[in-house]
Amino acid sequence: MGLLSNAAALLGKEVRTEFRSRELMSTTTVFVLIVVVLFSFTFDPTTDESHRFGPGLLWLAFLFAASLMLQPCFLREQVNDTLSALRLAVRDPFAIFLAKIGANTLFLLFTELLMLPVFAALFNASFRGQLPGILLTFFLGSLGISTAGTALAAISAQSRMRELLLPLLLLPLLAPILVASTEVTVGLMSPDPFMQWKGIGFLAVFDVVFLTALWLFGEYLLEE
Amino acid sequence: MAPSAERSIGLRFEKIDKRYGAVYALHNLTLEISPGECVALAGRNGSGKTTLLRVASSLTRPTRGTLAFSGVPENQNPQVGFVAHATMLYDELTAEENLLFFAKLLGVANRKARVDELLNEVGLGERKDSLVRTFSRGMRQRVAIARALLADPSLLLFDEPATGLDAEATAWLIGHLRTLRDRGCTILMSLHGESEVARLAARAVRLDTGSVVADTRSGATFQSVLTFAGG
Repeated sequence: MGLLSNAAALLGKEVRTEFRSRELMSTTTVFVLIVVVLFSFTFDPTTDESHRFGPGLLWLAFLFAASLMLQPCFLREQVNDTLSALRLAVRDPFAIFLAKIGANTLFLLFTELLMLPVFAALFNASFRGQLPGILLTFFLGSLGISTAGTALAAISAQSRMRELLLPLLLLPLLAPILVASTEVTVGLMSPDPFMQWKGIGFLAVFDVVFLTALWLFGEYLLEE
Repeated sequence: MAPSAERSIGLRFEKIDKRYGAVYALHNLTLEISPGECVALAGRNGSGKTTLLRVASSLTRPTRGTLAFSGVPENQNPQVGFVAHATMLYDELTAEENLLFFAKLLGVANRKARVDELLNEVGLGERKDSLVRTFSRGMRQRVAIARALLADPSLLLFDEPATGLDAEATAWLIGHLRTLRDRGCTILMSLHGESEVARLAARAVRLDTGSVVADTRSGATFQSVLTFAGG
């Protein structure tokens, strides 16, 4: 089987197991909801402040949620040593990463889209007419978070302080994604909305660089 | 659905070391296994049996030394069926979903028929739609064995294969392994103490602190190597 068909089979398994257990989606959605509501009550922002600070708070909430979501993606494979079975079954280990990245991006996007109306209501934000831009930003941002996060989750899963290590590595590494995604979202949320293509370009390059690095070196991250 | 003799593969472990920190799991281990041979590995806890099986499966890279396969095209790994201590199954999937998933990854032809055949053989045909997490240890082990046999492997690695199996399942396992062995499948299995499965083996190797300390093909010493009674 080829790389893509292996990855598709693995992605199907990820989605099926998640929709059966609902562990990641439910905890992440509740977590983001709590953070967004807390931010809203803490700052009680005016419309102007919402435009300036809202996107940053939103992406910060997504980042925290992602760190929760990414942690189990390889830990779950350790419970019954299914990662070994996957390594024996797939010809190219990058298929495992592709599927994990795909699943994490999908789950994160789902949470983000679910939270968007809540955020708009609490922060007096309007994304009218900007949905394609928002979707593109969310997709590229989530892909970047998932790609770098999946690589780090694979590393941290084999360490002793795995629960602490992932957020410690993840948050600094994803700072550029946070900044770029926030800037693009600020542009889309402003009274005269515009698309910051420079930020979109940065997100795309970040995604490509990390995907390439994983394609080249991912095999070593799965070794015992 | 068993491998033919011309697909038999051999293994040669050459001066293998596997170190975890300062501890040697395998130390200067040299062992040659001929194509189609059925070898029983014996040894106390921590003697290196599991590590040797993981090195043979290429899941674990040795710290030093080489592992070479014969009968396998260059730069390719053999098709390995591995039954380890852990079941290597997804608890949130049913027995059938687990096997179909791995069959798809392994590129097994006629997946559905093959999975049905194996599930019926291990006696779980009627429970194929049950989630694996609802299974007993023995039932999980049966699914794990079915998973290992899915792709008709030319090398079978078993880490205490009869763990949790009842007499009926053990008898099925012995019968199936005998068929595979007779058709040329190379089998390497670790056993702990006396086991009926050991009767399949034509050779017994005992490990101690990561090295081979006894290696016999037949005769009076065979049983003593397996039961740690002999030298």
